[in-house]
Amino acid sequence: MSARITASVFTSHVPAIGAALDQGKTEEPYWQPLFAGYEPSQEWMRDNIPDAIVLVFNDHATAFSLDMIPTFAIGTASSYAVADEGWGPRPVPEVQGHPDLAAHIAHSVIQQDFDLTIVNRMAVDHGLTVPLSLMFGQPDAWPCPVIPVAVNVLQYPVPSGQRCLDLGKAIRNAIESYDESLDVQVWGTGGMSHQLQGPRAGLINADFDAAFLDTLIFDPECLAAMPHVEYLREAGSESIELVMWLIARGAMGDLAGRPAPSVEHRFYHVPASNTALVTSS
Amino acid sequence: MAIDKPYLDIPGTTVFDAAQARRGYWLNQFCMSLMQADNRERFLGNECSYLDEWDMTAAQKQSVLDRDMNAMIALGGNIYFLAKIGATDGKSFQQMAGSMTGMSEDEYRAMMIGGGRSIDGNRDVGEAS
Repeated sequence: MSARITASVFTSHVPAIGAALDQGKTEEPYWQPLFAGYEPSQEWMRDNIPDAIVLVFNDHATAFSLDMIPTFAIGTASSYAVADEGWGPRPVPEVQGHPDLAAHIAHSVIQQDFDLTIVNRMAVDHGLTVPLSLMFGQPDAWPCPVIPVAVNVLQYPVPSGQRCLDLGKAIRNAIESYDESLDVQVWGTGGMSHQLQGPRAGLINADFDAAFLDTLIFDPECLAAMPHVEYLREAGSESIELVMWLIARGAMGDLAGRPAPSVEHRFYHVPASNTALVTSS
Repeated sequence: MAIDKPYLDIPGTTVFDAAQARRGYWLNQFCMSLMQADNRERFLGNECSYLDEWDMTAAQKQSVLDRDMNAMIALGGNIYFLAKIGATDGKSFQQMAGSMTGMSEDEYRAMMIGGGRSIDGNRDVGEAS
């Protein structure tokens, strides 16, 4: 028996969503449609809790300052503290890791020519904890271990879409060569269209986002060829986070000759503070 | 051969590339220090003397004192680092982002609830003018 990838989740990770949850604002008119939109995904997740999640996210100048900027980093720790990003740490459970599977993935992926940085101590910020909150609500402990995969999307240039898709494929190979029967999900987070800086701040491009989702589902190889400047120009400077979704997409079985995945739930909402949101399991 | 930077004609946008990151190294590292509660307290207690502990340019220090986000970005700041100043001041990302647009907080919030800033007319400098 070996481990297998059973599902992927794609979602934004807006910090204000975490704040809304933590401060009990989910029923307020501004937030209610957003959290209602996640309910079908949460319901699906309750029936499909995996044994581990490989969670692709980006650190937002939290664990990594400008002293070190790893392009791809994997966490192999047994646990990860919840970071104080300046507002105090989010009141959410500490994140438990899966050191054995993480070390196995690191070993396998590096041998597939991806030079991962290995991280044994890292506080995790909203990029990792907000997706957990969106999919699991507010439990006393997260229901399964998490392996963080941190991608530099902060200092340009970030890795290309193709590189991200290929990393996903390598992660799939790694997981499927792990000698224990585990259900693993790979999550891609960040995006969608948004810009948080400069006079163009507030940009949202719903047409871009819809096309991105369609292409992500039906033609990820084509999407991987989209140049960075198109994200920046069409969907805002911070939309470049979307390249991380290609890592999770690359890990799905159809790119290794298996049947096409089905979409359990797709939901898009504007605004969530400054960004568009989507989830599909 | 010079590096191709096809993003320079995007209006109202500064891409945080390696050159900007070099320019803003100490400004951003100062921001990182605000992740610790005691540093936030010291900074708010005496902003000038706290800033003097960092190897920042005079213009960078002034931009922080003025809370001029556009100036900080032009001088090499990155929004995710600068957000820690906002957090220290008790401001949300939305408030910080809005402060760079020339709109009031209410106007910006209303624009976002209305679907955000349109891409039409905002793709490149030629189109915007």
